[in-house]
Amino acid sequence: MSLTAAADIRYDLTNTVPPPGDIAPVKDRHHHIHLKTSVAWLFLFLSGAAVAEPVLDETVHAALRKTMVAVIAANAGLTSAKTGKKEFDRRVLEVMGSVPRHEFVPPHLRPVAYQNRPLPIGYGQTISQPYIVALMTDLLDVEPGDTVLEVGTGSGYQAAVLANLAKQVLTIEIIKPLAEQATARLRRLGYRNVKTRIGDGYYGWKEYAPFDAIIVTAAADHVPPPLIQQLKPGGRMVIPVGGRFFTQQLLLVEKTPDGKITTRQILPVRFVPLTGKH
Amino acid sequence: MRKPRPLLIAVSFISAAAIGYEVLLMRLLSIVQWHYFAYMIISLALLGYGASGTFIALAGNRLLSRFPVAFLASAALMAITLVASFAVGQRIPFNSLEVVWDARQFLYLMALYLLLFVPFFCAAACIGLTFAKHREIISRIYFSDLLGAGTGALAIILALFVLRPEDGLRLLAGMALMAAALASLDHSLRLPRWLAPTIVVGAIALPLALPQGWLALRMSEFKGLSQVLEVMDTRVLSEHSSPLGMLTVVKSPTIPFRYAPGLSLNATQEPPPQLGVYTDGDALSVITRYDGRREALAYLDQLSSALPYHLLQNPKVLILGAGGGMDVLLARYHRAGSIDAVELNPQFVDLVRNTYADFTGRLYQAPDIRIHIGEARGFVASGRERYDLIQVALLDSFAASSAGVYALNESYVYTVEAIREYLKHLTPGGLLAITRWLKLPPRDNLKLFATAIEALRAMGVEQPDRRLALIRSWKTATLLVKKGSFGVDDINAIRRFTAERSFDVAYYPGMPAAEANRYNVLDESYLYNGAMALLGDRRDDFLERYKFYIAPATDDRPHFFHFFKWRTLPELLSKRDQGGVTQVEWGYLILVATLVQAALASVLLILWPLWKTQRGRKRQPRARMGLYFLALGLAFMFIEMAFIQKFILFLSYPLYAVAVVLAAFLIFAGLGSAYSARLARRRRDARISPITFAVMAIVGIALIYLYLLPEIFYWFMLLSDVSKILITIALIAPLAFYMGMPFPLGLSKVSTAAPEFIPWAWGINGSASVLSAVLAALLAIHFGFTVVIMLALVLYLIAAAILFRPLGSSPSPD
Repeated sequence: MSLTAAADIRYDLTNTVPPPGDIAPVKDRHHHIHLKTSVAWLFLFLSGAAVAEPVLDETVHAALRKTMVAVIAANAGLTSAKTGKKEFDRRVLEVMGSVPRHEFVPPHLRPVAYQNRPLPIGYGQTISQPYIVALMTDLLDVEPGDTVLEVGTGSGYQAAVLANLAKQVLTIEIIKPLAEQATARLRRLGYRNVKTRIGDGYYGWKEYAPFDAIIVTAAADHVPPPLIQQLKPGGRMVIPVGGRFFTQQLLLVEKTPDGKITTRQILPVRFVPLTGKH
Repeated sequence: MRKPRPLLIAVSFISAAAIGYEVLLMRLLSIVQWHYFAYMIISLALLGYGASGTFIALAGNRLLSRFPVAFLASAALMAITLVASFAVGQRIPFNSLEVVWDARQFLYLMALYLLLFVPFFCAAACIGLTFAKHREIISRIYFSDLLGAGTGALAIILALFVLRPEDGLRLLAGMALMAAALASLDHSLRLPRWLAPTIVVGAIALPLALPQGWLALRMSEFKGLSQVLEVMDTRVLSEHSSPLGMLTVVKSPTIPFRYAPGLSLNATQEPPPQLGVYTDGDALSVITRYDGRREALAYLDQLSSALPYHLLQNPKVLILGAGGGMDVLLARYHRAGSIDAVELNPQFVDLVRNTYADFTGRLYQAPDIRIHIGEARGFVASGRERYDLIQVALLDSFAASSAGVYALNESYVYTVEAIREYLKHLTPGGLLAITRWLKLPPRDNLKLFATAIEALRAMGVEQPDRRLALIRSWKTATLLVKKGSFGVDDINAIRRFTAERSFDVAYYPGMPAAEANRYNVLDESYLYNGAMALLGDRRDDFLERYKFYIAPATDDRPHFFHFFKWRTLPELLSKRDQGGVTQVEWGYLILVATLVQAALASVLLILWPLWKTQRGRKRQPRARMGLYFLALGLAFMFIEMAFIQKFILFLSYPLYAVAVVLAAFLIFAGLGSAYSARLARRRRDARISPITFAVMAIVGIALIYLYLLPEIFYWFMLLSDVSKILITIALIAPLAFYMGMPFPLGLSKVSTAAPEFIPWAWGINGSASVLSAVLAALLAIHFGFTVVIMLALVLYLIAAAILFRPLGSSPSPD
C-alpha cells in the first residue's frame, strides 16, 4: 500500500536529492550541464525580456535539450512502481535529445520549449510535458521495424519522437489547421516515415492496420473498439487521461500474443509511502 | 431641514447596480474562465469598496465641498467602467491553467483585478460620499443602500432569465447613469434643471448604442466548448442562457461525440449520434439520439452504472440528475417499471423535452417517464414515494472534477444525511447506486464509501459491510448500497456483470482479496484495500494517513469535493517534473490564495493609510472604532453566508435560496437600519445601550435558530415552494432586522465623536465583508457552518463590548 502503509520505501522523495546508486551519476551530469548551459540561460533571460523573437542557434538548443533529457532521466523510475522499470529505454532518451522540440512550439514560446512543462500550441491544444512524452513513448516499447498509429497529431512532436524509433508512423488529427501545420513541419524537418491525415481517428487507419503500437493523445472517455481491433497481438496502446495541461494518469492497453486484452493504469507521480504510526 | 429624497433613491440605484455587477461578473467570468477563478477575481475587485473609503478620507473636504460633481462623476465613471473594464479585461490573455509554470500569468491576473476594481470603487465612492456629506441621516442612507442591494440581487437574477449576461452589463450601465440623473434632481445639490433629462437620455441611448462586438464573450480556448468548435464541421445549434448557466448545444456530424465514459473494452458497439451540451462552455453532457430501437442503446449496458439493473427486475427508478437523459435511457434499456428523473436546470429539461424532442424520440414525453425540475436532495426529502432503485448520475466533467475545482462547492447530494434520506426512500431490498469518476489515487469513491458506512451506522445498521458493493471500470466506479443485506444471488450477479465487461470488483461482502485488481491493473488494490480499512478497526488511522481528505461530508460540512490535505502538498509540488501538480486540488488552494491576497490588499489599501494619517492622541478611540466596524463586517457576512447554506437545503433550489435569503437579509437589515435612529432616541436614557440591545437580540435569535431550524425545516419540508419562500422570509426578517442596526448606530456615534472617521468606517466595513465571505467558506470547510455562526455571534458580542463605553468627542483620557 504505497499510499498509507509503512512497507516498501524505495526512495525518500520528500527531498529532491536522488537516491544513491542508480541515479547519482545523472545528478553529476546534471550539474555539469548546468555549468555548460548557464551562458545559454543567461542569454535566454535577456532575450525573454525583449519582446522580439529570440534567435537561438542550434548549439544553444542542443545544450538545452541535454538538460531536458537529464531532467527526464532523473525522474524516470520514480514513477509508479509497476511500470516495471527503473529507467527509461536509452533509445527513448536519445531520441528526446535529438528531436528539435523548439520547432514544434509557437515562436514566442521557443525560449521555454525545453522546459519540462506542457505548452499551448493554439486551437485549445497543448504539447505535452517532455517527461510525459518520454514516459508514454517508453511504455509503447517501439521496435525499429514497428508501425505506429497516433490519434491526435497536435504539433507533431510525439509523431517525430516515434518516427525516430519506428519504421513508420501514421498520425490523424481532427483540427484542420493543426493537421496542416504539423504536416508541413514534419516534412520540412525531414520526417519521411510519418504519414499524416485529417479526420476521425476513432476507426484507426485501416490500410496500415494492424499496428504494433497505438497512442491516443486526443481526449478519450473510452477506448475506441476499432482501435483495439487494429492492435497487433503483442501490441501496446497508451492513452493519457486528464485535462489539457494536466496528464494525471496513463492507460496502457496490451494485447497478449493470443489476442487477450489486459489494461493497466499508470500514475506518472510516485507517492512516498507513509512511515510511522500515530 | 429638507430630506434629500432623490439622492437616497440614487444611492439605492448605485447599490443595486453594484450588486448586480457582482452577480453578473460571476456569471461572465464563469463562462469565459472558470468559476473558481471568478470567485478569486471578484473578491479582490470588491475591495474597491474598502479603497474608496480610504480615498474619500484622504481627499477629505476637497471632495465633500464639491459633492454634486464628485457624486455625478463617480456614478458616470461607474457606468463607463462597468462596460469598459469587462471589454478590456476579456482581451487580457490570462490562462489560469498555466499559472503553475508561467509567471507572466500573475501580471495578467493583476491587470484583471485592477480593471474590475474600478466600478466597485466608483459605486462605493458615491455611497461613502453621501454618508460623509449627510451625517444627520446615516440610518436612512444605510437603509437605501441595503434596500437597493436587496432589490438589485433579486432583479439581476430575474433579468438573467431574459438577458444574455453580456447584455446585463448594458442594463447596469444604464442604471448607474440613472442614479446620476436622480441625484442631480436633488435640491441639496443645486444643479441646473436641464441636467437630469440630459443624463436620462444618455442612460437610455448609450448602453443601446454599444457595439455588440465590444462585449461579445471571448471564452478561454482551453474550455471544452472552444476546443470542440475547432474540430472540423462542428457548429453551435442553439444557446440558452439563464442564471443557472449558459447551455450551448453543439452538433458534430463528422466526428461524433460518442460519449460513453469508461465503456467496457469488450464492447464492440459505437454510441448512437449525440448532441453535445456544454454548461458555461464546459462540463459536457450529451443528448443521445433514440429511435425506439432498444438494441441501439446496448452500449449503455457496457458502463459501470448499469450494474444495479442486473440485480433488480423492472425496478421503479428515481434518477437524480437527468441531464441529457443518458441514465433515463439506461433505465429504459433495462425495462424499468417506471422512471422518475430530477433535473435542476429547467432549460436543460426543455432542450430534451421540446427543442430536440424528435432527436430523442420524444423520450421525456413518454407516459412512463416523469421528469421533475428541482434539486435532487430536496426532491427526495419532500416526496412520499418509495423506489426500488435510486441512481445518482455522474454529471460533472472528469477534467474539472479531477483538477479539484469543485472543492469549494457545497453539495448536499453526497452527505451522510443525504444517503440516509435516499435509503429511507427505498423499498426493502432496494438499491442506491452512485457512480463517480475514478481518479488515481482514488478520492471520490473512497470518500463515498466512508460516507455510506457512516450513514448506515447512523441508521442503526450493525453490519454495514453486508450492504455495500463497489465496482470499477478504468474511468468510473459505481457504489451500491442495499436496503438489506446482499445475498448470494446478488453477489453472483455482481461478479458475472464485472467479469463479462472486464470490470473489477472492488468490494462486496465476503470478497476474497485475490479477486481485486484483476482486469484493469492498478499499482495496488487501492479501492479494495481502502474499503477494507474503512470497514475495519483501522478506519480512523486510515483516514488520517491517506494522502487525500476522504472523511465523510455532512450537511454541516457539505464539501464532498474537498480532498485537499496540506501534508500532501509539499510532496506533490516537489514532483513537479513528473507532473505532481496535476494531483493538486486547486479549488482549495485558490480559496486560500484569495484570502491571503484580500488580507494583504486590505492592509495596503485601508489599514496602512489609516495608521499613516493618524494623529497620536486620537489613536485609541480610532482603534476601537476600527475594530468595531471590522467585527461587524465579519459577523454580518458570516451569518449571511451560513444561513444561505442552511436554507439551500430547505428551498431546494440553490439559486433561489441565494436570491431569496440574500434579498431578505439586505432588505430587512435596511429596515432595521431605518428603525435604528428611533430606537436610539427611545433608549437614550436606558441602562442598556441600543447597540447592546440589538446585539443581544441577534445572539438570542441566532441561537434559537441554530437549535430549532432543523426541526422547522423538517416540519415544513413538504409544503409548496411559495409557502417555503414565505416561511424563509419570515424566519430571516427578525434576525436581519436587528443585524441592520449596529452599523448605523455605530456610525452615528462616530459622526459625533470623530466625523472624519466616517469614510474609514465605511471602508473597513466593506473590506471586512469581503474577507469575511472568503473566510466563512474556508472555516465552513474545516469546521462546518455551525461554527461559522457561533463565531459571528462572538464577533457581535465583541463589537458591543468595544462600544460599551462612550467614545467621547474630546481627546480620551488614555
